[in-house]
Amino acid sequence: MSSPRPPDVVVTGLGATTPLGGDMPSTWRAVLAGQSGTRLLEDEWAADLPIRLAAPAATDPATIIPAPRLRSLDRNQQFALVAAQEAWRDAGEPAVEPDRLAAVVASGIGGLVTMLDQYDVMRTRGPRRVSPFTVPMIMPNGAVAAVALELGARAGAHSPASACASGSEAIAAGRELIRSGRADVVVCGGAEAVIHPLPMAAFAAMRALSGRHDEPLAASRPFDKQRDGFVLGEGATVLVLERHDHARARGATIYATLAGAGLASDAHHIAAPDPDGAGAARAMNAALAEAGLAPTDVAHVNAHATSTPAGDVAEALAIRRTFGSHSDAIAITATKSCTGHLLGAAGALEAAITCLTLRDRTAPAIRNLDDPDDEIDLDLVRVTPRDLPQGAAALSNSFGFGGHDVALAFTEA
Amino acid sequence: MSQQEILDALGAIVQEATGIPAARVVPDASFINDLDVDSLSMVEIATMAEDKFSISIPDADLAKLKTVADVVAYIAKAGVLA
Repeated sequence: MSSPRPPDVVVTGLGATTPLGGDMPSTWRAVLAGQSGTRLLEDEWAADLPIRLAAPAATDPATIIPAPRLRSLDRNQQFALVAAQEAWRDAGEPAVEPDRLAAVVASGIGGLVTMLDQYDVMRTRGPRRVSPFTVPMIMPNGAVAAVALELGARAGAHSPASACASGSEAIAAGRELIRSGRADVVVCGGAEAVIHPLPMAAFAAMRALSGRHDEPLAASRPFDKQRDGFVLGEGATVLVLERHDHARARGATIYATLAGAGLASDAHHIAAPDPDGAGAARAMNAALAEAGLAPTDVAHVNAHATSTPAGDVAEALAIRRTFGSHSDAIAITATKSCTGHLLGAAGALEAAITCLTLRDRTAPAIRNLDDPDDEIDLDLVRVTPRDLPQGAAALSNSFGFGGHDVALAFTEA
Repeated sequence: MSQQEILDALGAIVQEATGIPAARVVPDASFINDLDVDSLSMVEIATMAEDKFSISIPDADLAKLKTVADVVAYIAKAGVLA
């Protein structure tokens, strides 16, 4: 007996708080305008760091969340809550039974800053002064717990951890919850908040960060010859995924269809990408296969492209490996050129940007791409956004330390 | 410090810790049943009260403090002994 075809999954709500704006519309406008969220950190705590560039969130959650609640949430959880509230409103606050509503919100690093702050409290004021909220603030599932509590999601609350692929993996998992029949609506995405001296020093120790202190706005430059590392960003993005017939029945606005999700792992190195991009290509192929798309259906890829020397080349090879000569007809963008790298939130942010790209049929340009690397044999969108054809399919790629590869395939609604 | 002064200061602490308006922090209010204060917030209120009034509230004592009046009386007594 053949099993029934899984239901289609669509995107009906978007919410974001990013270095470019306090919500999704302002972030999208800024990406289209090619703005940069990077700045030189002038704070005293950053003075001795080898790298003092970061992309802080444009809007402090303290201006939105009441103070008592704020103190019981790590900053990544605050961002998640702000983005989830916006996404839920944007979806029209769908009437869904709590046991048919799930949440999947990931973080790459979680509540590390709370842990460090409370360690300082313990050392300076003693163990009895450690906040009773410390454990829920530092736990890696803290963001999804806060979101599920806020929205009353009772079909499940999950938080996959795959470093910088976490946000994309959350969306893939959310899609699977709907396809398997466990939920009708899933609120999913990623959140990150680790602009703090220790993570900054740690990423700098890996030589992963850009040191372009004299030109902060030009520091994040994916695919450019002069790229020298990524810029650490912070924020959150949340998407509302919904079973297609559920969305249609209530007359919801549909941004795009999440047609497929492909996951793979490199098993190559703990932090370095597989230089051939084999795992990344397997993820992209899997996403296409699940979506029932031919490589030639794809007109756009939102690349992971963090602006590191090795990672960008490996992804370019992976794209060419996946699409062959059709690569020449795919408009490639790199959102991190504007936003910096939001780690566990990056995949969700770029998935949302990809939905808006398909809705508006406009692919944003890559900022700071003054001189494309000769090793990047791709059609990179430069200087101004580019129109996309009607009915195009698009991929959004995310890769994470640990060798995680995730590709999401979107089609027009 | 008078009972009223302790009550006023406690009201400010509860408001800061939980967002509950200080005006609702009246003597016969139960923290759990009337003010909806959960166990984690109760610990935070106790810690802030310890700092504010320079007293110590052992966990065994905290577990017995159910109403605002209980806490005010405890602080008044502890303050006298301190």
